[in-house]
Amino acid sequence: MPGSHLTARRDAEQLSLTLCGDWHARQFGQIEAELTALDLSGLRAASIATGQAQLDLSGAWLLRDFLRRARDAGVDTRFADAAPPALQLVDRTLTGAMPEATEHIEWLAPGTAVEDIGRHTVRWVRDLVAAVGFIGHAMALLLRALARPARLRPVSIARHVYDTGITAVPIVALIAFLVSVILAYLGAQELQQFGADVFVADLVTIGVLRELGVLLTAIIIAGRSGSAFAAEIGSMQLNEEVDALRAIGLDPIEVLVLPRVLGLVIALPLLTLIADVIGLVGGGLLCHLLLQMPITQYLGRVQGAIASTTFWVGMIKAPVFACVIALAGCYSGMRVRDSSRELGRLTTLAVVQAIFAVILADALFAVLFLRLNI
Amino acid sequence: MRTLLEVRGVVNRFGDQTVHNGLDMQVYQGEVFGIIGGSGSGKTVLLRTILGLRRPDAGSVRLLDRELTAMSGAELSRLKGSYGVTFQHGALFSSLTVRQNVQVPMLEHLRLPARALEELTLLKVQLVGLATQAAAKYPAELSGGMVKRAALARALALDPVLLLLDEPTSGLDPIGAAAFDQLLIYLQRELKLTVVMITHDLDSIFRTCTRVGVIVDGRMISDTLEGIVANPHPWIRAYFGGERARARWSRHGA
Repeated sequence: MPGSHLTARRDAEQLSLTLCGDWHARQFGQIEAELTALDLSGLRAASIATGQAQLDLSGAWLLRDFLRRARDAGVDTRFADAAPPALQLVDRTLTGAMPEATEHIEWLAPGTAVEDIGRHTVRWVRDLVAAVGFIGHAMALLLRALARPARLRPVSIARHVYDTGITAVPIVALIAFLVSVILAYLGAQELQQFGADVFVADLVTIGVLRELGVLLTAIIIAGRSGSAFAAEIGSMQLNEEVDALRAIGLDPIEVLVLPRVLGLVIALPLLTLIADVIGLVGGGLLCHLLLQMPITQYLGRVQGAIASTTFWVGMIKAPVFACVIALAGCYSGMRVRDSSRELGRLTTLAVVQAIFAVILADALFAVLFLRLNI
Repeated sequence: MRTLLEVRGVVNRFGDQTVHNGLDMQVYQGEVFGIIGGSGSGKTVLLRTILGLRRPDAGSVRLLDRELTAMSGAELSRLKGSYGVTFQHGALFSSLTVRQNVQVPMLEHLRLPARALEELTLLKVQLVGLATQAAAKYPAELSGGMVKRAALARALALDPVLLLLDEPTSGLDPIGAAAFDQLLIYLQRELKLTVVMITHDLDSIFRTCTRVGVIVDGRMISDTLEGIVANPHPWIRAYFGGERARARWSRHGA
């Protein structure tokens, strides 16, 4: 039987095989097919000549596998000359079996389910304690640094104000404009039915200044800078840069976390201010174009709608949101260990947690302002 | 002797800084070729050029009688099965276990039945002297020496004829480095490999290399180990002329 990798000649119970060509990993499928095509039934002995064949380790493994199969079938195999060196190497090296990977599927049994709940609860509590510890540590360092402003690293803070603030201006402005236009449009459609279109200006003013301006900005920044913080600090963890900082005697929280928190605390209120202004402009533009409201009238309504607190009620939230976003991002980054998968997981987690925490904080503010009658 | 790898007149520039200025290099089948050079002399850039990760500004690279610089992406991908590479820091995929790391190139380039895949992976892992238990571990759980070995196992995954190693013994203690060199010599002999390695480790050069290429002034001076040690170029004299090198050379010669 001719083949491109072996020639077989059969004399009754005797098979002689001559190998030829390249027995390389690339030809694995072909060689395997040729070997399985050999009929072993009724054989007693097989003699194998390596000839000019070139065997690499994969080829040798295939030959070894064939020999094993032949022996199991009761065929006496031997080599015409010596066994090929690659085969000897495989024989020498391959011992034992591969251990299964540590990760395995856990089937849901009642016992393990209870165990899982317990495990997750314990882990959750530990995470919570660690997070509180982290925030406490950061706050303690912040207070200490405020007492000695020289330790505040102004250059680093300025860089973060630029990265998180100034470069975010276009996207924040665009979104504030679009959302206020949508809000004004919806308001106009509803209020026109009662002939109360002039109140669109009030709606836009109060909506943007109290809630939307700061909330949307915070959510954009959570997605933009929260993830950047987590990824930056996380990859520094993977590179052992954080350990290097510790070894030099620097506190990574002071060097990495505080400048980011302070930078964002400066940048987010400024971005909120921009979002507020652009939002009011967007609302005014829609009122002017859709409702033919003169600009002066719009400005008058806006001034009337702004109570002394309206602007500050929105603005006061910005530094709080900034703290929440920066801490969530940095904390996730600091928790990255060992693998790039962790980096991805924790970066995602940073954004999700930051957005969740921002909305939660916003709700708490709403309750607070309700109680205070603002 | 058949020439396996030939670099001819390679020029690599970064901005107005010329790293390689007409570099020639020849590697013959079955030899261990060491590349040395000062920091910033472009050893890693040369490796990246040979691997096709960087297109040189001029010159040609021939691997296994095929012109690399003129190849399309698909041809290059097919050729990648014929050489194995380890990077300076191991570059194991950190989210995969050692066994999965070794299997990545196999799954990409070969069509193997499950049993063959498992046994061949085991073979490669044991061949580089790792315990089978290490196969189930993640790179972060391995020591420096084990990372180097695991990277070597991955480089061997496709049964290459050419191994390219970037500082394979850097970061290892002398005993670990010696053991790694022994392993390399063993594999080179048993598998009839051709090895090109970038190294700074004098011990390693004297133990393993048959020929050495030195990158100086953007070109390569290559010679046998004896020839290089006797070379009058100032940088080479400084490199091999120190006390450390002399002690090693006399030991090697003895």
